[in-house]
Amino acid sequence: MTATTTTTSAEEAISVVRSGDTVMVGGFGLVGAPLALIDALVEASDATGLTIVSNNIGEPGRGLGKLLRQGRIRRGISSYFTSNPEAVAAVNAGTIEATLVPQGTFAEAIRAGGAGIGGFYTPVGAGTELAAGKEERLIDGVAHVLEAPIRADVALVYAARADMLGNLWYRRTARNFNPLMATAARVTIAEAGEIVPVGELEPEDVVTPHLYVDTLVASA
Amino acid sequence: MSDDVKTRIAARAAEELRPGEVVNLGIGIPNLIPALLAGGSGVVLHTENGLLGVGPPPAGDELDPDLIDAAKRPITALPGAAYFDSAASFAMIRGGHIDVAVLGALEVSAAGDIANWAVPGKDVLGVGGAMDLVVGAKRVIVTMTATSSSGAPKVVATCGYPLTASGAADVIVTELSVFRLVDGELRLTELLGDATVEDVEEATAAPFVVSLVESHAHR
Repeated sequence: MTATTTTTSAEEAISVVRSGDTVMVGGFGLVGAPLALIDALVEASDATGLTIVSNNIGEPGRGLGKLLRQGRIRRGISSYFTSNPEAVAAVNAGTIEATLVPQGTFAEAIRAGGAGIGGFYTPVGAGTELAAGKEERLIDGVAHVLEAPIRADVALVYAARADMLGNLWYRRTARNFNPLMATAARVTIAEAGEIVPVGELEPEDVVTPHLYVDTLVASA
Repeated sequence: MSDDVKTRIAARAAEELRPGEVVNLGIGIPNLIPALLAGGSGVVLHTENGLLGVGPPPAGDELDPDLIDAAKRPITALPGAAYFDSAASFAMIRGGHIDVAVLGALEVSAAGDIANWAVPGKDVLGVGGAMDLVVGAKRVIVTMTATSSSGAPKVVATCGYPLTASGAADVIVTELSVFRLVDGELRLTELLGDATVEDVEEATAAPFVVSLVESHAHR
């Protein structure tokens, strides 16, 4: 990751994904999902055995649901597989491995991963089957669970607007996990609805500063 | 479960909400609450996918693909609304900045344990923000029918389904009654509609204290 951001095609950008990689994909359902990058991963890459970190595994035949149909996902780390019944079926059939994480823990683990935090204790999930095998301790008398950070080889994020440096601005609820994921991968590829000249984004409006973004791709 | 029953449960739960409170509504019965809140209710709605200040559903020409709630339904944002990322949203939740979470459940125990995310053997593999919300919200209101579709009581001595959190429920609203968990005790505080204490006993598989401090005044 350097301060230099390259602008390229989705196909070229996605070529950094290797078989066996962990790939983070932004979006809440399909809202804020980097659909052009996902399509490039589906059509222009043959990387397989992927671990996908995304709140959902798309929907049937849409977004990450296409990659699932190709059998290229080995493992999913998500809070809600249910939005794609084909993903649930694949887990039940044993063709993909599922790690189910409470949504706030999922977001915080990615934040921690990008922020150099080695883990954190949260009361969420304590005493439930999602905390099975995790270290628990009492903090102020309340059971907390130790959660590990989540990082990835590649993050695919979507922003409504970017400048040529890679500063990102998100629109409405399409922000969701994108700014977190942009910080937590070895290589961050940002898909932008619109790419504007440097100086056109107000510095105060920049949500993801450009140092997090390695490659910029226009949606269209 | 008829829509009428769901609406009655939602309406009673809505009466628990006070002006100025920040409220997160779960999927199902709680999602009926916005339509039941009076225009000047003063309740501020939070949705965990990143918005404080959820407005009513959009008119056809206002539909914005970038603006949804946690149930993935189109919404609007009110003047004064704020957007944030998911880590900030759940920091609000865990950090005790959300006054009330209203959500559905499969079972609630006499100790306030909530089971609402998993049914063994069913094709459901999602927890979403349920665990964060029941742990983090200052007050947790459970809205559910008194019994399951097969007639099994949903207020139980001990949850049989996988837990969402222990001791998290504060209020349980069903079509028959309101229960409150006070000092570790399950109290029947209000009968709804024509329900009697016997009706509630029949539809409940947990011991409770009859403490009818509320009345039908607002029915």
